[in-house]
Amino acid sequence: MNTQPTWAIETSGLVKVYNGTRAVDGLDLSVPTGLVYGILGPNGSGKSTTIRMLATLLRPDGGTARVFGHDVTDEPDTVRRRISVTGQYASVDEGLTGTENLVMMGRLQGYSWARARERAAELIDGFGLGDARDRLLKTYSGGMRRRLDIAASIVVTPDLLFLDEPTTGLDPRSRNQVWDIVRALVNAGTTVLLTTQYLDEADQLADRVAVIDHGRMIAEGTTGELKSSLGSNVLRLRLHDARSRAEAERLLSAELGVTVHRDSDPAALTARIDDPRQAMRALAELSRTPLEVRSFSLGQSSLDEVFLALTGHPAEDRHAEETAEEERAA
Amino acid sequence: MTTSPDTVDSTTAAGGRLRTVLSAGERPARATAVSATLTHLWRAMMAFKHFPVQLIDIVLMPLIFLLMFTYLFGGAFADSTEEYLQFYLPGVTVQAVVMMTVYTGTSLNTDIHKGIFDRFRTLPFWQPATLAGSLLGDVLRYVVALATTVSLGLLLGFRPDGGFLGVLAAVLVLIVFGFSVSWIFAALGVVASEPERVSGTSMIVLYPLLFMSNIFVMPETMPGWMQAVVDANPMSHAATASRELMHGTAGFWDVGLVLCVSAGLVAVFAPLTMRLYRNKNAH
Ligand SMILES: Nc1ncnc2c1ncn2[C@@H]1O[C@H](COP(=O)(O)OP(=O)(O)OP(=O)(O)O)[C@@H](O)[C@H]1O
Ligand SMILES: [Mg+2]
Repeated sequence: MNTQPTWAIETSGLVKVYNGTRAVDGLDLSVPTGLVYGILGPNGSGKSTTIRMLATLLRPDGGTARVFGHDVTDEPDTVRRRISVTGQYASVDEGLTGTENLVMMGRLQGYSWARARERAAELIDGFGLGDARDRLLKTYSGGMRRRLDIAASIVVTPDLLFLDEPTTGLDPRSRNQVWDIVRALVNAGTTVLLTTQYLDEADQLADRVAVIDHGRMIAEGTTGELKSSLGSNVLRLRLHDARSRAEAERLLSAELGVTVHRDSDPAALTARIDDPRQAMRALAELSRTPLEVRSFSLGQSSLDEVFLALTGHPAEDRHAEETAEEERAA
Repeated sequence: MTTSPDTVDSTTAAGGRLRTVLSAGERPARATAVSATLTHLWRAMMAFKHFPVQLIDIVLMPLIFLLMFTYLFGGAFADSTEEYLQFYLPGVTVQAVVMMTVYTGTSLNTDIHKGIFDRFRTLPFWQPATLAGSLLGDVLRYVVALATTVSLGLLLGFRPDGGFLGVLAAVLVLIVFGFSVSWIFAALGVVASEPERVSGTSMIVLYPLLFMSNIFVMPETMPGWMQAVVDANPMSHAATASRELMHGTAGFWDVGLVLCVSAGLVAVFAPLTMRLYRNKNAH
C-alpha cells in the first residue's frame, strides 16, 4: 500500500475511567510503523486498558485513537482488518483442539475450509506444537497456550499486532521462542505493540519504549535514551545489619555525590551512578569502616529503579514476581 | 540471562521455521455472514463432540418429568396412566425444548465472558454470527432432548395416531419454536452479569408459563380468568400443535399460529439480542 501513513498508532489525550478512577489518563502515544514498540508499566498502570481501546474492544471515555489513520471508534471494522490481538489472558477456545482453534480463526477471516486447514497445519508445525495439535486447549501448558494464542493472531499476518504481556509466566526458553516470533514478524513488516513489566524484555525487543504509570506516560524514547537519562549503572548494596543503614547511606552519598535510595528491604541501598569507578572508590571507603557489607552488585537499572527514578515510588508487586521468576529460571 | 547452547539452537531453528509460515501479504476476502455463522455452528458442534457428557444432563430433566407426571398424577388427571401418556407426551416435548432454551442463555452467558470472545470481537466478520452460530448449535440439544423423550414415551406405551410422519412434523415444529424462544434467553444471557442470574430469572418466568398452559391438563376445570391465560399462552399453542400433529388431527391454523408466534419472537428478539451484544462490546 503506498498511502501507508507513517504512524501505526496515534493517540491524543486518550482516557478511560472506571468508577471514578482514571485507568488511562490522557495518553499521547505515537507508534511508528515497522518496529516493536514497548509499553512498560507496573500492575494496574493501564497497559491492558490501553490495548483494549486500541484494539476496538473498549470505547475510550475521552481523547482519540487512530490505527493506520483510522479512528478506532468511528471505523472499528477498518481497524479490525489490519490488527490482531493476543490478550493478557489466553484468547483461545478451551473446548477445542489446537488445530480447531486455528481453523476457526482462518475461517472467520475469510479462508476456505481447505486453506484454513492448511494454514492451521503450517502454524502448528511452525510453532512446535505438532505433538499437541489434536489435544484440547485445556490440556495445554501455559507456554503452549501462549504460543497457540500468538499463532491464532497471525493466521492472517496482521499489519499491527498487539501483545499484552506475552511472556509473563513463561520460562526463559518459552520466552525466547516468543521473542523469536516477534522478531520474525517484524522482519516480515508487521508493527508490534507489546506491553511488559520487564525492562529486560523491552530492552531486548523494543525499538522504542513508553513507560506508563497510573495511566500516564512518564517517559518515552529508545531504550538507549531511557537508560542514559537514568544514569547507566546502578550500585546495589546489602548490609549485614539493617540498623547501620543510615550511616552507610550518609557515607555513600558523600562519596558518590548522588542521592542514595533506601530499598523496601531494610538492609539495602541503591544508587544510580555514571562511572563504575565511583562505585569502586565508595566501596573501598566503606571497607575502611566497621560497617559490614553482606553483598553488592553493579548493574543496569531494573524496572524498580526506572520507576523509582521516574516516579519516586517503586513499582509494586515487582519484587515477588521477580523472585518467583528467578526461582523458575534456576 | 543464561541460555544453554541447545536452547539457543532450537529457538533459532523455530525462528527460521516461523519465517516460512507467515502468510506474507496474503489477505483473504472478508468472510460472508453465512460462512461466519456456519463456522460458529461448527465451533458448537466440535465442542459437543469433545464433551458429549453435557448431553446427558440435557435429557435427564424431561425424562424425569415424563415419568413423574405420567405415573404420579396420570391416574388422577385421566382415567388411566396410558390414556394420560397419550395426552401428556406431546406436551412434555414442548416442556423439554423450552427448558433447553434456558441452557442456551446460561451457556451463552458463560461463553461470552471467555477470552475467545475478545478475539471474536476484534475479527472483521459480521459480529452477530457469533450468536446465530451458537443458537443454531443448540438446536442439536433440542433434537437430542426430543428424540429421547419421544423414544421413552414409545417404550412406555405412547401410540401416536399420526404415525412416524406426524411425530416428525411435530418435532420439526418444536425445533423451530425452541430456536425462536431461545432468542429471549439469549438476550438475557447477553445482558446478565453471571449465568446464575440467567437461570434464576428464566425459571421464574418459565415455570408459571409452563404450568399455566395445557401441557399438563386441559383448562376446562380452571376458573375463567385462568382459562384465558392458558389460551393466550404460546406454550399452549405449541402443545396443541404438537398434540394434533402427533395424533394426526392437525389443523392448519394451530400449526400456523405456532409458526407465526415463532417468527414474531425471532423478529423481535434476534435484532434486540444482536444489538445488546454489539453495545456490550462498546463499553
Ligand atoms: N473492567 C474493569 N472494571 C473496573 N476497573 C478496571 C477494569 N479493568 C481495569 N480496571 C482498573 O484500571 C486500572 C488499569 O488496569 P489495567 O488492567 O489496564 O492495568 P495493567 O497495566 O494491564 O496491569 P497488569 O500489569 O496487572 O496487567 C487498574 O486500576 C484496574 O483496577
Ligand atoms: Mg494487564
